[in-house]
Amino acid sequence: MAKIVAGVGCSHVPAIGVAMDTGITHEEYWKPVFEGFKKSREWMKKQNPDVLFLVYNDHCTAFDARCIPTFALGCGTEFQPADEGWGPRPVPAVKNHQKMASHIAQSLVLNEFDITIMNEMEVDHGLTVPLSVMFGDIKQNDEWPALVIPLCVNVVQYPAPTGNRCYNLGKAIRRAIESYEEDLNVIIFGTGGMSHQLQYKRAGLINSDWDKRFLDLMTEDPVGASQITHLEYLRETGSEGIEMVMWLIMRGALNENVTEVHRHYHVPASNTAVGHIILENNA
Amino acid sequence: MTEKEYDKIPGTIVFDADKSREGYHLNQFCISLRLQKNRDAFNKDEEAYLDTYPMSKEQREAVLKREWNLLLELGGNIYYTSKLAANDGINFQNLAGRMTGMGVDSYREMMLKGGRSIEGNRDKSEWGED
Repeated sequence: MAKIVAGVGCSHVPAIGVAMDTGITHEEYWKPVFEGFKKSREWMKKQNPDVLFLVYNDHCTAFDARCIPTFALGCGTEFQPADEGWGPRPVPAVKNHQKMASHIAQSLVLNEFDITIMNEMEVDHGLTVPLSVMFGDIKQNDEWPALVIPLCVNVVQYPAPTGNRCYNLGKAIRRAIESYEEDLNVIIFGTGGMSHQLQYKRAGLINSDWDKRFLDLMTEDPVGASQITHLEYLRETGSEGIEMVMWLIMRGALNENVTEVHRHYHVPASNTAVGHIILENNA
Repeated sequence: MTEKEYDKIPGTIVFDADKSREGYHLNQFCISLRLQKNRDAFNKDEEAYLDTYPMSKEQREAVLKREWNLLLELGGNIYYTSKLAANDGINFQNLAGRMTGMGVDSYREMMLKGGRSIEGNRDKSEWGED
């Protein structure tokens, strides 16, 4: 049977992708950001997962205002990197484990999570930046080392799904994955955050104390984290900090007791606090 | 309009259903600039290109004048307006520098020093606003 072995929480700042694509990661500004992912890349190599289940949000790229699904599961064969207004990222297309994805879609709906099924979809930095930071440079004509099942969450138009809903969805995703018959190792990613506000007069807000407490809760008290209100995210972590609800989907798919094997936190990357955590399911 | 629980957060526009409804055509215009062929058409003749989107006169003016904060007040969302900014060669950080009124350099400097603190930035009363 398939098994979720670990969870990864990770920011998906677009400028991190740009830094990698333009080869400036050694510059003073970027060095500390990438230093914190060194251990993660070694860990990924050792884990060598078959499939990543990657929770992210689209930034008005593949989805425009015509259609705003709260949860959309990628079920197509592959997903091309999208042009977000400055040309597509020079990274490989993302290949799906289509059979597992459709199994998950079916299982989720039967478990009363009525997700949207996407058979055609482009993916933006929200999905490809976490792959890049965790796998390192992968050339465009190469392949990502794992198959990827994308789950896209609306966090752009208020209200995003509640943390509690996300946490419970994580549990349903785990049931779906672990009822899939093939022996596959799966790592689940929750991406986005941490504190940041990109818009209007309060742009640039960073709340490091809050972020660090959130990382603590990821390890020690996920149920507590799942009860954080929308108002708290908006006020304390900036209007775009609400992306952190996506980490709760990842966390819900893990055991209550986990081992934190790595953590990284740095300010700034562009407008954003970069946060990252690796949690292994205890055997 | 009934007050919303997040109305008291200073310097912040929450893109909710009301904003989304108001900004629909504006946002659809912005996202069209994701594609090179549309960027070319817009850059060739902005007025003519905007004629194809039934946005309000105010929204249209704000686009032409690149009034980044006003665009948000009129229902634009940052992930959409950032496509217009990208067309103009303005990235997220430089756009934030403009929206905050700080200018690009002092905004960047603030971020390097750890960003804007949460202290004094939780409630409109702390900004001397209602």
